[in-house]
Amino acid sequence: MLRGSFMAIWEHRSKSVSGARNGKRQIRYALWTIPLSILSAYLLWEAASRWSGLPAFILPAPAAVARRLWAALQDGSLLRHTSTTLAEILGGLSLGFIFATSLGYLLAKSKTVERILSPYIVASQSIPVVAIAPLLVIWFGPGRISKVMISALIVFFPILINTIVGVRSVPQDLYDLMRSLRATRWQIFTKLEIPAAMPVLLGGLKIGATLSVIGAVVGELVGADQGLGFLINVGRGVYDTTLVYVAVITLVVLALTLFTFVAALEWWFLRWREPPAGY
Amino acid sequence: MTSNAAILHAESLYVTFPDGDLGLRVLEDISFDVKANEFVCIVGPSGCGKTTLLRVLGGLLEPSRGAVIFEGQALARPRRRIGFVFQESNLMPWRSTVDNICLPLEITGASPEFIRKRCEELIDLVGLVGFEESLPRDLSGGMAQRVAIARALAHQPDLLLMDEPFGQLDALTRERMGTELLRIWEASKSTVVMVTHSISEAVLLADRVLVLSARPASIVLDLSVRLTRPRSLELTYTRRFGDLAAKVRGAIQST
Repeated sequence: MLRGSFMAIWEHRSKSVSGARNGKRQIRYALWTIPLSILSAYLLWEAASRWSGLPAFILPAPAAVARRLWAALQDGSLLRHTSTTLAEILGGLSLGFIFATSLGYLLAKSKTVERILSPYIVASQSIPVVAIAPLLVIWFGPGRISKVMISALIVFFPILINTIVGVRSVPQDLYDLMRSLRATRWQIFTKLEIPAAMPVLLGGLKIGATLSVIGAVVGELVGADQGLGFLINVGRGVYDTTLVYVAVITLVVLALTLFTFVAALEWWFLRWREPPAGY
Repeated sequence: MTSNAAILHAESLYVTFPDGDLGLRVLEDISFDVKANEFVCIVGPSGCGKTTLLRVLGGLLEPSRGAVIFEGQALARPRRRIGFVFQESNLMPWRSTVDNICLPLEITGASPEFIRKRCEELIDLVGLVGFEESLPRDLSGGMAQRVAIARALAHQPDLLLMDEPFGQLDALTRERMGTELLRIWEASKSTVVMVTHSISEAVLLADRVLVLSARPASIVLDLSVRLTRPRSLELTYTRRFGDLAAKVRGAIQST
């Protein structure tokens, strides 16, 4: 619920960049809708845990989860596991982004490269990353590297596709303009292709940011000795459901923060974009 | 270079696009000269290859046969001495007015001080003072086209190639932009080759009007327009203007 309203706000904000007044109204709107959303979720949870008759190891009370969260914060374990997962996410996202954009640019610019590589790329996408995650853990060990790899793999494809679409969407007339000015390849790349492809590219990064979290957690669930996915496994093993809740909530906060960061990046880079009609 | 010397010479240009067995013949045996400081308009039925011709003249497209001689040298690729104004303003939507205008100077590597000074001049020349920081999305069609013209003039090209620069504008803006262009052209002392589909625009602006036939295009009329300058819109109501426009219209209809 929280996530939904956050997304709506960012969608809205990124579209209505033109009117600062509109933006301010959005922020004021968010100031009371977000607390309201959190409050109603809390009440619903509290009511369900109290009156549903479910045992605490299935549905613990909010207060119990809060106590567990406090304990995990106090002994520093939550911070340690969170920073491990965050490092894997950022590593995977960066690695995937770098490879996907480089290869995507190459594919967009060269028909030959596209013809040679695209069958393999499409085929590789028919393999669910989740299914080969154990294989990657075997190859790269139970440490962080295997999670970075899984995360990078899962992030790779959407960013690749968006890069290709973005680069191909650069108007031919602007290429002609650059050619008529005898711009160098580098100038065409930096002054035309990057900014023109930016909207689609950032769209890919947004999808990638969400997927990178999934990748890291899947890797940790398969085999790890640290991280929030590992924490979930531990909690499940000893029926410490409150710990599972703590790990999941932390993941949600992590994913939201990342998403918000990319959305802010998008808003900043795309201020020039035309606000769509109706705003 | 004296004002009478040909700055641009088209030598029996042919362009054929690959299409089917015979290919699509677009231009056929087009030859003409453009003198320095001359304003030449090219008119012709739509789809006849005017844009193709302009692309060849600018070195963006290689002719199948023939050659373009620009400032005494065969043209094999674009030159910076040739400026382009495209059909739609073709601005970079992420750049402000000044940043769009100074793009050619950025690419040629001019100093920041020079860029700033030159930009100020150009903004003034095309009448966009107060819109320096506006983004293309906030400019009207006419204003966007002024930015495009300023950008084409930024690095002071000897030749300006314009592809229906006012084609997207409404009739009133179009008339005003035409006379604006004359003022800018006189102030910047450049040579202009402009493609248009408006006969009255061509006659009003040009020293010479070239009429192209339907595809494959060749030149069916090369008309000198000896009307005094500076010209204003009132000229369009005179007898001489009417006669010249009628000649151009007749040539287009005969093709």
